[in-house]
Amino acid sequence: MVEQNRGKAVQTTGHAWDGDLQEFNNPLPRWWLWSFYATVIFAIIYWVWYPAWPIASSFTKGIGTVTYQSGGKEVTTHWNTRGELIEEMQRGSETLKQQAYLEKVAAASYDEIANDPEMSAFTQSMAKVLFADNCAACHGIGGTPAKIGQYPNLRDDAWLWGGEIVQIQHTIEAGRTGFMPAFGSVLGEDKIEQLANYVLSLSGHEVDATKADAGRAIFQGTEGGCHYCHTPSGKGLASQGAANLTDAIWTVADVPGASDDKARIQAVEAVIANGVQRQMPAWQGRLNDTEIKLLTAYVHSLGS
Amino acid sequence: MKLSHESIEINAGLMIVLTLIAISIGGLVEIVPLYYIKDTIEKVEGVRPYTPLEQRGRDIYIREGCYTCHSQMIRPFRDEDMRYGHYSLAAESKYDHPFQWGSKRTGPDLGRVGRKYSNAWHTQHLNNPRDVVPESIMPNYPWLLRNELDFSDIADRMRALKIVGVPYSESEEEYLANVEQFGVEMAEQFDINKADQSLITQAQSEDWDGDRSRLTEMDALVAYLQVLGTMVDFSKYDEGYFAEFR
Ligand code: HEC
Ligand code: HEC
Ligand code: HEC
Repeated sequence: MVEQNRGKAVQTTGHAWDGDLQEFNNPLPRWWLWSFYATVIFAIIYWVWYPAWPIASSFTKGIGTVTYQSGGKEVTTHWNTRGELIEEMQRGSETLKQQAYLEKVAAASYDEIANDPEMSAFTQSMAKVLFADNCAACHGIGGTPAKIGQYPNLRDDAWLWGGEIVQIQHTIEAGRTGFMPAFGSVLGEDKIEQLANYVLSLSGHEVDATKADAGRAIFQGTEGGCHYCHTPSGKGLASQGAANLTDAIWTVADVPGASDDKARIQAVEAVIANGVQRQMPAWQGRLNDTEIKLLTAYVHSLGS
Repeated sequence: MKLSHESIEINAGLMIVLTLIAISIGGLVEIVPLYYIKDTIEKVEGVRPYTPLEQRGRDIYIREGCYTCHSQMIRPFRDEDMRYGHYSLAAESKYDHPFQWGSKRTGPDLGRVGRKYSNAWHTQHLNNPRDVVPESIMPNYPWLLRNELDFSDIADRMRALKIVGVPYSESEEEYLANVEQFGVEMAEQFDINKADQSLITQAQSEDWDGDRSRLTEMDALVAYLQVLGTMVDFSKYDEGYFAEFR
């Protein structure tokens, strides 16, 4: 600046500080001035086009409009973000593209979806996003939870409430409460240890045979009553959401994570003593029918 | 003294005063009309003040600074609608003082998190988010489970909110007005004279933090999270209705 102005007679503002400190009075650069005028013009166009100035209990609505369907009628009103969202959800190009698929999926049977490569590709990609937004916090990304115990793994083909399409759909729509009573104070330590030995024997673990025998009697008799829910074979009633104890897949007791026989027994004992109370929320209302259908098809495909 | 360029420039006090006036005009022009414009707050059913327990949970939410990472304001865009649900209405935060709209989203928006997850999940997650979401960067809040909930001043807190317009009741007349507007069950909860009892009853009505024998800060915070965004039943309204308020 100083270089540039040397030689020219530059005006100063005439103010002086500390005796000799002065201030140049240069004109504003041209580009700056024109940009400023441009923003002023932009603002005026904006005021005319969009809702802008408050007047008493209302405001200027602008001349821009938005048109959408509401209650069976076509509504045209001044531009506003809510109206624009409705318009986009009804006629936006992205929406229409997606809508075409959604309508196809909604009308198709689960078999048709699975057998049509285009529909099943759409289902997978859309359901993955829905799953990540709504289900992954509990069931883990892709259906494998952070650890065994709190939330069931959806990738294995072992189902508490049944792995048929209708059962999975019902699980997602209405939610489920996994409940097993706590037996700690009812049965006492010894019996629970015997039961744990028996339970582990069902899935082929090495156990103390005498204790397991005693456990079987409690499991199959009225004292434990375990067979009411887990069935005499130990495979479990899907109507109760009772775990299959014979398949070496664990959903509450962290048996695979246990380092030795003793830790395995303890993991099972803890479940029998403390019982189980787990809640799968209901999604009907939060997700629409087609979204639930997509998730059902997706979860079903994870398990197989 | 003439109000010239020079006299403003060399007089710091005057400069500050004039700067404040200039900035205030900008603020007032944006804020004041909202009090007069008829359609700012939508007319919808279901929005109610927080119960004493939820209100304490809300205080803890603010104390812990959850708003620094979480907004409670779903904007009217397609992607937000698809991810979080219906956009937030002004009416839904009319009893929020201060509102928790926020603008920073390190974590997801919580405007509709109510009843999305189980109480057990919230308790595990707040205690240590990585127990349930291994990749989470949200901090642990283990003291929420340890700390007994202090609700000794709940009546005063409600009185303070009453001053800024939340319809908690103290007199019989106010109580009856609440019965009229919110039903008996809720009006009981909004009665400042019964605040302690209402708070304890709600804390025991559900297994908030997994242990009903204790009343912890976790109980209150989970009760608050579970009510977020659940008050309005959107299936009762046509979408176009909300656009009429804009
Ligand atoms: C708050 C945590 C949570 C969320 C979120 C959640 N679930 Fe679950 N889910 C559970 C729990 C807990 C169970 C086990 C219930 C039981 O113990 O019987 C479960 C069970 C299931 C089952 C049945 C598994 C079986 O073995 O029968 C399916 C299917 C399922 N969830 C799908 C989903 C889908 C799809 C979503 C997202 C829309 C979802 N879940 C969201 C907690 C959750
Ligand atoms: C009221 C029905 C019911 C009764 C009675 C019952 N259970 Fe269960 N049990 C369940 C349910 C339901 C689950 C799965 C819980 C869940 O996933 O939320 C389960 C899970 C288990 C598990 C964990 C399995 C795993 O995969 O981690 C074990 C072990 C078990 N039960 C043993 C027993 C024993 C031993 C008894 C008898 C003392 C018994 N149960 C009685 C319903 C019952
Ligand atoms: C440092 C930023 C940060 C702070 C502070 C924070 N969170 Fe989070 N929060 C996150 C992130 C990131 C996620 C997503 C990962 C996860 O689920 O843990 C999240 C997720 C959540 C979720 C699940 C939302 C959903 O829909 O999946 C809830 C509920 C939540 N936080 C509540 C809270 C509460 C209550 C507090 C205050 C006690 C809090 N958060 C403080 C970052 C934060």
